[in-house]
Amino acid sequence: MRKICRLLALLSMLLSSTLLHAQGDNNMGDTMRSNGRIYVVITVILVILAGLFLYLIRLDRKMSKLEKNN
Amino acid sequence: MGFRSACGGSKFVLSLLFEFDFRFLCKNFPGMTPTKNYMYKSWWKILSVVLLIYTVVAGLLIKVPDLPALEETVRNLFFHVCMWFGMMILFTVSVINSIRYLRTFNLRYDIYARHYATVGIVMGLLGYATGTVWMSYTWADPNNPATASFGTIAREPKLIGAAIALLIYFAYLVLRDSINDMDKKARISAVYNIFAYAMLFPSIWIVPRILPSLHPGGSEGNPAMNFKDMDSNMRLVFYPAVIGWTLLGVWITTLKIRLSLLKEKQMVQ
Repeated sequence: MRKICRLLALLSMLLSSTLLHAQGDNNMGDTMRSNGRIYVVITVILVILAGLFLYLIRLDRKMSKLEKNN
Repeated sequence: MGFRSACGGSKFVLSLLFEFDFRFLCKNFPGMTPTKNYMYKSWWKILSVVLLIYTVVAGLLIKVPDLPALEETVRNLFFHVCMWFGMMILFTVSVINSIRYLRTFNLRYDIYARHYATVGIVMGLLGYATGTVWMSYTWADPNNPATASFGTIAREPKLIGAAIALLIYFAYLVLRDSINDMDKKARISAVYNIFAYAMLFPSIWIVPRILPSLHPGGSEGNPAMNFKDMDSNMRLVFYPAVIGWTLLGVWITTLKIRLSLLKEKQMVQ
């Protein structure tokens, strides 16, 4: 189960980057490139925040499991 | 639903501060058992995530007033200033838990106080680090050599005051960990924590306001609350940002507290 989750996370990360690239090729990419490409910065920060939150949620879950076992 | 969530909200705020015994209220609300206090609820963690995502997206996209010297860097308000607000709130919760320890001698509150102080220090250090970057591009004069700029910046009362406050809190951790006896450790560090909290006020609130300073909020009032620097648009992002960052700090703290409580439990067994 855990392996599958990790694989899915990795795949989603890889896919998201290709998705953004694909957007750059057609009209969808115009948003990402407008306003001095500030949206790229926002995306980067959101990815960092997402990673941080996922890490915290995992820790929280682990703690809950440990508390249940004790 | 409305009443229940409102009840949960007020209970959360109160339990953060006093952790009242809500058993008499909880009888009618299954799922709000007293052993499962705010640390085990998830709604405020979700709120923190939502508010921080909003902070980043809106904080970088809204129109900000064009201030001299600051320009776009005024957006740092949603990140740098929130660290200090979060630190202050966490230190306040820490000192309240220290007082509760001294009133009840329940070691649980000592653990609470310790971890709230630690995460408060981390937020303070992050505030310092972000301030360094911000100041390098707003205060430092590019025409002068770096050492000359450093001379003026190092004299900043705000920086010195914040450094003193953080060092006093470092001493809190050192003092704690140098005492082996558990009750003695808890009692002495609880008393010290009250003094450390009292020292915050002259060192970061009063003295920097009296002395002339480059930092906003010197003699002209409160930084971040000043109506000249911040328009209503920025307020719409700033207050949610403060809540979001503080809740993130509380979340990390509760994880540390839960780990400590578990360790204590295993030591007893």
